[in-house]
Amino acid sequence: MTWFVDDTWIVIIGALTAIACALPGCFLVLRQMSMMGDAISHAVLPGLAIAFLVTGERASFTMFIGAAVVGVLTAVFTQWISSLGKVDRGASMGIVFTTLFALGLLLIVQAADHVDLDPGCVLYGAIEMTTLDVAWEFQLGETWIEVPRAAMVLGSVALFNLIIVVAFFKELKISAFDPELATTQGINANFMHYLLMTQVAVTTVAAFEVVGSIIVIAMLVTPAATAHLLTDRLGLMLLLSAIIGALAAGLGHLLAIVIPPLIGFDGTTTSGMMAVTTGLLFVLAWLFAPRYGWISRLVSRKDVKSPFSGPLPSD
Amino acid sequence: MKTKSYNSAKTLPADDHSPQAPLSIHDLTVAYHRKPVLWDIDLDIPEGKLVGIVGPNGAGKSTLIKACLDLIPTASGLVQVYGQPYKKQRAMVGYVPQRESVDWDFPVSALDVVTMGLYRDIGWFKTVRKKHKEIARSALDRVGIAHLADRQISQLSGGQQQRVFLARALAQDATLYFMDEPFAAVDAATERAIVTLLKDLKNQGKTTLVVHHDLATVSQYFDWVILLNMRVVAAGPTEEVFTAENLHRTYGGKLTLLAEAGHALSQIKRP
Ligand SMILES: Nc1ncnc2c1ncn2[C@@H]1O[C@H](COP(=O)(O)OP(=O)(O)O)[C@@H](O)[C@H]1O
Ligand SMILES: [Mg+2]
Repeated sequence: MTWFVDDTWIVIIGALTAIACALPGCFLVLRQMSMMGDAISHAVLPGLAIAFLVTGERASFTMFIGAAVVGVLTAVFTQWISSLGKVDRGASMGIVFTTLFALGLLLIVQAADHVDLDPGCVLYGAIEMTTLDVAWEFQLGETWIEVPRAAMVLGSVALFNLIIVVAFFKELKISAFDPELATTQGINANFMHYLLMTQVAVTTVAAFEVVGSIIVIAMLVTPAATAHLLTDRLGLMLLLSAIIGALAAGLGHLLAIVIPPLIGFDGTTTSGMMAVTTGLLFVLAWLFAPRYGWISRLVSRKDVKSPFSGPLPSD
Repeated sequence: MKTKSYNSAKTLPADDHSPQAPLSIHDLTVAYHRKPVLWDIDLDIPEGKLVGIVGPNGAGKSTLIKACLDLIPTASGLVQVYGQPYKKQRAMVGYVPQRESVDWDFPVSALDVVTMGLYRDIGWFKTVRKKHKEIARSALDRVGIAHLADRQISQLSGGQQQRVFLARALAQDATLYFMDEPFAAVDAATERAIVTLLKDLKNQGKTTLVVHHDLATVSQYFDWVILLNMRVVAAGPTEEVFTAENLHRTYGGKLTLLAEAGHALSQIKRP
């Protein structure tokens, strides 16, 4: 196995994606809205396509804004349809995102005649190619560091999400736990909802274009769910989810290099492997987590006098 | 009930310094998806009372509280807290929601949840400080579970979870409290603790409205009662209002009431 500078960059880009996704992802998981990330990441497709058709550029800022707006609209439409009654939130989400996604695919197929905007590439991404597009170079001692554009973009998004989560930690927490209480405390739970949806949309779009949507969906939900199994503290859950996501990015890329030759293939998809690795880490946590893991539950079920099921002083 | 005294009959009860009811509701109507749930509610709750809200399942008890707290849109009506719109008086109003309304697996401790009752005081962009934690801890102490402050909330019994919610409202130090079924599925010790707490609040001159489902204890716990079934069937001092006849009208007459209201509604043209 050989490891190049590019491999390091791929891992860094993957890790930044993971961190950017994990922070809003934790709140999605806790609000039992994991599918919203999925929905938004599909629904942004027409936004990308339209902005692309208008500007004719693949990586324009307009494209980014267009898609982010459509992402937030997904949340708005979903809310709107389910508030009409008779359609639950899951179903309205399904209606909105499949419709938008189909529209987006149509537009892309149309556009594909003229330009290279490949649906497959949008879905699976091409994280391996991202190192070719260098945005910034600087000299560190003897060596030149070439920072890929993808690292800059995802680094900015990760920083944006970090700032939001730190600045609005209390408000995000109370709105996720008890939106009605938030409202009585003068914190507009709706505003916090759309702030979170904006984060998800911005993150999804930024990552989508650079690394593809599969990895985004995996990174939004799985590391957050894994971290939830490992801790009872929200702050720690956020930290752990970022670490787990970054770890999955590193391991995923390593596996993408190591495994295919072993089974006689030479093609690798790093994005796919990173996504699979988040799943593997989840399974490990599900089995071995200290309190909520399958094994420790099995053990504590036998032990009837566990501290959590024992008689309580007031009962 | 205390009557308001105005200097002259000509003086209108404007927002002067006349004593105001802690809660007054005028012509409140609430509908979910155009299906009316509360119809023409008119209530004036006197100060310092312990008020029971009683009615069958689906009578609109929770809806009444949520409408007062501006948590759901209302079709019409006006809710005032000490003579001002609720939105201006939020800090004076504490809310204890139904226990099922939150996810108890959420990664927070009992103390965290109680601290949430102080978020208004803490303010945006500020972090929870030691003094807030102390307030929260003493609220937990008042409900007898200070020793469980650091437990994750799913590792508490039902009664203890209910106490956490009560402590959260106490920490807020409101003057008007709404509690939605605090006695539902709690152990006997917790029930006694809640009753003591309610008496405490009353002795401090606070007004508390409590949704209650156990008819047997109503006259023992509450000095005022609202009998509710989509409309206010009766409201007033317990000994006057809590009668077999009124109860029959609240529970037994459920079908007729709904039919009447449904008929009344069908007469109204909607845009
Ligand atoms: N979010 C909602 N959407 C639609 N209908 C609702 C909603 N919440 C309550 N309802 C209906 O409103 C009525 C009153 O509900 P609720 O206020 O919860 O009653 P109670 O608390 O007295 O049991 C019930 O018929 C219930 O089905
Ligand atoms: Mg109720």
